[in-house]
Amino acid sequence: MSAVDVLGAPGPPAVETAAWRRRARGLRGLPLQAKIGAGILAFLVLVALLAPLIAPYGQNQLDFDHILSPPSLSHPFGTDSTGRDVFSRTLYALRVDLAIVAVVTYIPLPIGVLIGAMAGYFGGIVDSVVARVIDVMIAFPFFVLVIAVIAVVGPGVKGVLIGVPIVAWALYARLARSEMLVMREQPFMLATTALGYSRRRAILRHAVPNLMRPCLIYSTLDMVVNLLLLASLAYLGLGAQPPNAELGSIVADGQSTLLTAWWVATLPGLVVVLFGVGAGMLGDGLSDGRLRGGVQ
Amino acid sequence: MTALLRIEGLRVEFGDGDAPLVAVDGAGLSVAPGEVVGLIGESGSGKSLTCRSVMRLVPRPGRIAAGEIEFDGRDVLAMSAQELRDFRAHDAGMIYQDPFSSLNPVYRIRDQIAETLRVNLGVGKADARAQAVELLDGVGIRDPERRALSYPHELSGGMRQRVMIALATASRPRLLLADEPTTALDVTTQAQILALLLRLRAERAMAVLLVSHDFGVIAQVCDRVVVMYAGHVVETGPLAALYTNAQHPYTRALLESVPELESAGRRTRRPGIAGVPPELTEVLPGCVFKPRCRHAQPGCEAISMALEPVSEGHETACPVRPFAGTGSAPTARAGAQR
Repeated sequence: MSAVDVLGAPGPPAVETAAWRRRARGLRGLPLQAKIGAGILAFLVLVALLAPLIAPYGQNQLDFDHILSPPSLSHPFGTDSTGRDVFSRTLYALRVDLAIVAVVTYIPLPIGVLIGAMAGYFGGIVDSVVARVIDVMIAFPFFVLVIAVIAVVGPGVKGVLIGVPIVAWALYARLARSEMLVMREQPFMLATTALGYSRRRAILRHAVPNLMRPCLIYSTLDMVVNLLLLASLAYLGLGAQPPNAELGSIVADGQSTLLTAWWVATLPGLVVVLFGVGAGMLGDGLSDGRLRGGVQ
Repeated sequence: MTALLRIEGLRVEFGDGDAPLVAVDGAGLSVAPGEVVGLIGESGSGKSLTCRSVMRLVPRPGRIAAGEIEFDGRDVLAMSAQELRDFRAHDAGMIYQDPFSSLNPVYRIRDQIAETLRVNLGVGKADARAQAVELLDGVGIRDPERRALSYPHELSGGMRQRVMIALATASRPRLLLADEPTTALDVTTQAQILALLLRLRAERAMAVLLVSHDFGVIAQVCDRVVVMYAGHVVETGPLAALYTNAQHPYTRALLESVPELESAGRRTRRPGIAGVPPELTEVLPGCVFKPRCRHAQPGCEAISMALEPVSEGHETACPVRPFAGTGSAPTARAGAQR
């Protein structure tokens, strides 16, 4: 966005741009960092979605003639101790992991935003109660809680799918609540009351869309935390059970051969790092744009 | 003519009930249908709170502790939640000082106006959009079809205030509460916004309660003026009466502190008003203006701040009347009042 638009000084009116051009301009206006981050994430998601087409071998296809062969053209990430193609396994693992991360990050988000928005909007007793509950949820050791849930429901991704959302909503609720406390005093929120709108409309239509942006930025960080959590659990053997692959379990498998076949553990690990870097850059870039007021 | 809006004995308090801080104390005013009434005072005089009280929008933790607010014969303070929503939706509109944050940043201005038409007047979606464009045209937005698609951040302050006026008056309220609508705008834009308010008043017979700290603004548009100081109404009357024959020392001092164009280029010093307004924590006996008043008398700490008539429609809270006629010694009058 140009400074002219911000100041509203005379000049070519911004309205001349059609809606799609405005959106395109909004994307182009993002900091380079955010664009690179979004590119990395888009690439990983695309690769994960297309895993069955891209993967040269099945994820559990054994090949005892090529055990622990180093990366080559036919096996880009090499093979593991049972001759399975690490590249193919990584792609399938990424598919599972990204799906789980998306679920455990983006299902708690709207729930948390809604709870936080209501607490901030109504204030008083509602707010006090919600704020205390949030504090308790956040004070509780996250990892221990998820492991406790796994202890109840048994190993596998179910534990993560249940355990993470139980706590994660509180992170978004806390963020949304604090933003709401500030926004509540903004004239445009006052206007919703002065115009006789219902509280439901004020919260859902006017407050929540404004709260989403900081929460979405925060969610990029949360995704990384969740992917690491998932990898850690799989590494500990509490994630997807063999023979199904998760990034963490591939790394765990490759650990025993780390000195003779570094690729088995290292290359899937780098994929986790790549995801973390991508999400981090996207979040950082978005919040920069937000500070400058440059993003829609 | 019966008043459209009548406020009497309004008291707005902050803090706990045992030792409340009184921000507005016994304020009263009335607005006739189609009348533009100016509410003027320094920062912290309680003018904005009085204005917001009409909509029962006193910011927390403030509360209306006493008083009557009557709109068209209906008691605003006794309204149920549903009645109050209906009152806000149809009978009164409100615009604010800060046009930069009074529109929701995530929606196009057309959609914000269309929303109020749909929610408050039950207009259909397509109709509401078309009417929103007409309303934008009505408040002087040029090229309204295209401007309607803008987001608030794409507009200048003056245009945003126009949009806000279109939004607040979309359901054709009979009263517009304008809380310092031009304070954040430059003088040229200010004049345009005031002209727009006057035009809307003429077109729709809409009354306006205009809050300002600027006598220049008040003088341009108001029929009647209410002067507030430290939570009290100190003087009220027709614009001309207040300008030519202000009876309260505070009103006089306020008028004298307005710079004149004639003095431009010459070194002149406006008298100003010595001292600062009292803090909310200070409870002053009698006249709240006494510590800063050049005409203070020994009896001033015992007066009641009640308004007394001067002439038709002109009332003042100063019983000393230091400016009343010639020959009448202020001291004698003050003695007579007690």
